[in-house]
Amino acid sequence: MELYTPILALMVLALGFAVFSVVVSSLTGPARYNRAKLDSYECGIEPTPQAHGGGRIPVKYYTVAMTFIIFDVEIMFLVPWAIYFDELALFGFLAMLLFLVNITIAYVYEFKRGGLDWD
Amino acid sequence: MISTAIDVLTAEGGGMPPLVEPGAAGSLALPLVLVIALPALGAAVLLLGGRRTDAWGHLLGTATVVGSFVCSLWLFLGILGRPEDERQITQSLWTWFSAGEWTVDLGLLYDPLSALFLLLITGVGALIHVYSIGYMEHDVRRRRFFAYLNLFVAAMLVLVLSSDYVGVFLGWEGVGLASYLLIGFWQHKPSAAAAAKKAFVINRVGDIGLSLGVGLIFFTFHTTSFDEVSALTSEASAGVMTAIGLLLLLAACGKSAQFPLQSWLLDAMEGPTPVSALIHAATMVTAGVYLIVRSQFVFEYTDAARTAVAVIGTITLLMGAWIGCAKDDIKKTLAGSTMSQIGYMVLAAGLGVAGYAYAIFHLVAHGAFKANMFLGAGSVMHGTNDDVDMRHYGALQKAMPVTFITFAMGYLAIIGFPGFSGFWSKDRIIETALAENLVLGLCALLGAGVTGFYMTRLMLMTFFGEKRWEDDVHPHESPKVMTIPLIVLAALSVFGGIMIAGDWIKKFLAPVTGEGEAHHLPVSPLVISLVVTVVVAIGVAVAWMLFGRREIPREAPTDVSPFTRAGRHDLYGDAINDVLVVGPSKQLTAGLATFDRAVVDGGAMGTASAIGGLSAVARRVQNGFVRSYALALLGGAALVLLALVAVSFA
Amino acid sequence: MTGFQAPNVEWLTLSPLLVVFLAAVVGVLVEAFVPRAQRYAVQVGLSLAAMVGTLVASLVVFARLSPTADEAELGRVVAAGAVAADGPAVFTWVLLSVLGLLSVMLFAERKVESGVLTFAGQAAALPGTEAEREASTRGLSHTEVFPLMLFAIGGMMLFPASNDLLTMFVALEVLSLPLYLLCGLARRRRLLSQEAAMKYFLLGAFSSGFFVYGLALVYGYAGSMGFAQIAAAVSADTGSRALLLGGIGLMSVGLLFKVGAAPFHAWTPDVYQGAPTAVTAFMAAATKVAAFGAMLRLFYVAFGGNRDDWLPMVWAVAILTMVVGSVLAISQTDVKRMLAYSSIAHAGFLLTGFLGIRSLDEVAPGGLTGVSAVLFYLTTYGFTTMAAFAVVSIVRDAGGETTHLARWQGLGKESPLVAGVFAFLLLAMAGIPLTSGFTGKWAVFAAATAAGAWPVVVVAVLMSAVAAYFYVRVIVLMFFAEPVGDGPSVAVPSALTTVVIAVGTLVTLVLGIVPGALIELLGNVGVFIR
Repeated sequence: MELYTPILALMVLALGFAVFSVVVSSLTGPARYNRAKLDSYECGIEPTPQAHGGGRIPVKYYTVAMTFIIFDVEIMFLVPWAIYFDELALFGFLAMLLFLVNITIAYVYEFKRGGLDWD
Repeated sequence: MISTAIDVLTAEGGGMPPLVEPGAAGSLALPLVLVIALPALGAAVLLLGGRRTDAWGHLLGTATVVGSFVCSLWLFLGILGRPEDERQITQSLWTWFSAGEWTVDLGLLYDPLSALFLLLITGVGALIHVYSIGYMEHDVRRRRFFAYLNLFVAAMLVLVLSSDYVGVFLGWEGVGLASYLLIGFWQHKPSAAAAAKKAFVINRVGDIGLSLGVGLIFFTFHTTSFDEVSALTSEASAGVMTAIGLLLLLAACGKSAQFPLQSWLLDAMEGPTPVSALIHAATMVTAGVYLIVRSQFVFEYTDAARTAVAVIGTITLLMGAWIGCAKDDIKKTLAGSTMSQIGYMVLAAGLGVAGYAYAIFHLVAHGAFKANMFLGAGSVMHGTNDDVDMRHYGALQKAMPVTFITFAMGYLAIIGFPGFSGFWSKDRIIETALAENLVLGLCALLGAGVTGFYMTRLMLMTFFGEKRWEDDVHPHESPKVMTIPLIVLAALSVFGGIMIAGDWIKKFLAPVTGEGEAHHLPVSPLVISLVVTVVVAIGVAVAWMLFGRREIPREAPTDVSPFTRAGRHDLYGDAINDVLVVGPSKQLTAGLATFDRAVVDGGAMGTASAIGGLSAVARRVQNGFVRSYALALLGGAALVLLALVAVSFA
Repeated sequence: MTGFQAPNVEWLTLSPLLVVFLAAVVGVLVEAFVPRAQRYAVQVGLSLAAMVGTLVASLVVFARLSPTADEAELGRVVAAGAVAADGPAVFTWVLLSVLGLLSVMLFAERKVESGVLTFAGQAAALPGTEAEREASTRGLSHTEVFPLMLFAIGGMMLFPASNDLLTMFVALEVLSLPLYLLCGLARRRRLLSQEAAMKYFLLGAFSSGFFVYGLALVYGYAGSMGFAQIAAAVSADTGSRALLLGGIGLMSVGLLFKVGAAPFHAWTPDVYQGAPTAVTAFMAAATKVAAFGAMLRLFYVAFGGNRDDWLPMVWAVAILTMVVGSVLAISQTDVKRMLAYSSIAHAGFLLTGFLGIRSLDEVAPGGLTGVSAVLFYLTTYGFTTMAAFAVVSIVRDAGGETTHLARWQGLGKESPLVAGVFAFLLLAMAGIPLTSGFTGKWAVFAAATAAGAWPVVVVAVLMSAVAAYFYVRVIVLMFFAEPVGDGPSVAVPSALTTVVIAVGTLVTLVLGIVPGALIELLGNVGVFIR
């Protein structure tokens, strides 16, 4: 169980920080609301209760989002591999190459079938 | 190892129950499988051949069974010429399962017991096939009918020829299926479909008994073949043997319509009359008796189960007789009588070594005379526009002389008129029962008297008295193709008793059923026979007073005694089944289904609206249901964890 | 830190998996580069070639299985301990290749939909919109179903062969994700199909969550992902029992969900009903094989040491599953839903076999272990159910498949052959002798009885009797009821579906009459290695 103690400590710390910052800011900060302040996202775009076309978000949004995730995950593997590149040597290189090729194939499919055309 | 078990033997202290010790394979005149293959082939050709075989299908169907009968006869003559200890022969077909100890050899066992069954099934079967050519002449689905009949004969032969309980199970399921198909043959009648369903459901209860019984045999002895089990039963504990015996009895109750699973047989009369004659009188319903006699090496080691067998048989023989007295439907009266007569056989089988041979004797004799009477009833119906109500008959003896004479032979046989086959067979059972247990014996004696009563009632209402049929009914004698089987069966009803001459059948069956010292009554058998005959005569006389001398109303009187009313309602067998079996299971299903719909399902509703195009509604509905599915999943996970923890710390 | 040792990869032993995955990836490229008109032919050819290739490769691996050090076990652990190519695993590879081959044929059926696949023409088009109609009139077909199916088969083959928790989880996801998609691709009744896919996906993801949580707990307990190390830790009984029990419980939730055991069965009827029938056939047959194979390995190898802890739980789940499946099937009015509940009941029967004896030492000479019995049952059930769903896919009316039971009335008159075959398959599922259903039940019941689980066997026998009722009800409906209205019609399928039905029926018959050879074979391979 000792192995888990640091994790527990981290969780307590994170929770404490969250509670602390919310509580302290509400106690000490000035409470002057305006319309922009009350928006969910303070980025200038009004959130609409229903997206365009009856509560649906265009499917194209998802393809882009998923493409992003693929590259995201790819980075996750690439970074540790790059750190140990020397030790992993040729095996590591080939394995990573295979991985990249596979990801690229999926990307090629998406590209060729028009998954990246917005209109 | 066998000698150490001598002291747990039966109360009579007779010899060991005989083992099943078949001789070498291949020493028969014919391959046994031929007997089964002929009707099976017939069924296959008729079912697969389709309409092309319509023209000659019935002839092929009949020919295969006749061929099968010739083979059976040949085989029978073959073993008659052998010394007694060489009359058990097996022929193995193929190894169904083989994984070390788990071996099931599909083999066939030919011994005196199966020899008699073979003759009965193929002999009576062939006659009924011939009869059906005439009876079903105008039915557009005659070919299919013959296909099912052939299928039934093949399955029944598998049942009685198998050398292994698993093989028996195979045949057991097969005859059940064929019986189901044939009861519901006239599918346009809702009552026929309902009857088929009922027969199926109630037979499943019996089948559970057989599955569990065979399972327990396998679990105990690690084998299911008769020869190996019979060698091992002397070592098993009495408790296990009783459990096996009771499970096999449950199986027998289902198939042979014994109390408390009797109610389907009366409804099964919805099937065409040849079916009633073949399946629900002569052969299939006797499979339970076969199972018990075949398993004598089990029942000999459990007095408790054997007593249960005898008691069940006695109860059923009285119930069947009671029902037979109250029915106006000629086929249902005969069905009640079948139930009652099988009750006699089961009673005899429950009496142990002293009774097994007589059970089989009565079974064979009954097979002939009951088939005779059913076919006779069919002939009567044939001549009266398929009316089954005896109140609409009367005075048919002039219109249908052949039917009348042959039916009378069956009648005399079943009531036990001296000299006829039923006299000999029933007499022996009553005599043995009186010797073994006075109460059971007296019940059997009473049953004989009641049999005399209701069969006489049937005869009087059908063939004598005033004519009561409608003007547009013109009773006429049936064609030759139907009367000739009647004549043959009538002859067998008269002369069937010859089997007992010199105790032949007892000696012939001895290698299977064993020979034990029977108890002897203080009085001579002749006196018993006289008493039985007098009791029967009283029954006949009462029936004549009530039905022979008075006019019989066309409508059934309603102001009847509670006894009659109970009889008309099959002694409330349906009500009891409903309360005990059908009701609870329906409620369980309904409850579970409601739970499934209300709590975790609703898919059907979601589906319907989705198809309707109400996508918005469907989306909302769908979310809700997935949530409850997920809840169920979560609950399940909690239960699994709980179970693990509980077990681990228990 | 020790230097990195490049693992040795046993290419030949892994070739069945590699062939499938390679073909799947090539299939994706085919979608990208081959013109639409030729895609169908190329994809079907590629998939068929891949399945035949993996079948041959699996058979080669199977034939080359060699005994391990202690003689009793066949096969070896490959890919740096990630994959165990032992007797049971390679047997499931062979089985899955054959079932996969049949599935490809079912997927490729175009004749019943007059020239297009039975899958959606344009899955992204909203149901009932102009875009959908356009896709339909242009005769579009999603040929992506073939690579998707190959990915699923690859995952299924890896699942029972995975020898550590991580590989097992990856395999689980690889087999599941394509199935979620495939479920939503029906050409007809698309909302129903999409609803099914959504449900399957959400619940599948939920159960995967349980699985992965349990995996983490087991890792916390044993300090290793490898099954051999976990087994060693379990035997040594070190560490917190709470972690181990929690891990076992949560992982079994994930696996029991996949096999459709109660109380994790809720998705089965909806998904089986909504999914395209070819996919349902594939799922019902192949997913069960994969999931049961994996479950056997996990419980027999990794958690074999504390069998007493989890056995009562499996008893309870087996009994509950059989009762729920058999009893609820009675009140169904849709053929596919009925078959779904029947598949739940069959999962219960399989769990009964799961209770069988674990090692060859304890079993009577030549007897059946739990593994052999379950594998045998999986073989019998896989072929029967695939053929049954194939029959469902060709009984149609103007609106596509007619799965409502009322519409099956009088099918025996319309098409005696199809109705006869279906009746035979139902009888096999009911366990009537001389069909593979009977021998399969016999095998699992015998295995469970030998291990002393007779109360479960008693329930199983009772429930098979109940189950027979609703199978026979359908037979009666087909043969003894008058058709309503126009009655059902049977579309004449191409040779593809015909072959699937014929093979499934034939195997059902042959394994019912002469099961000896297969049982003997399974008796010889039926042990897991670690």
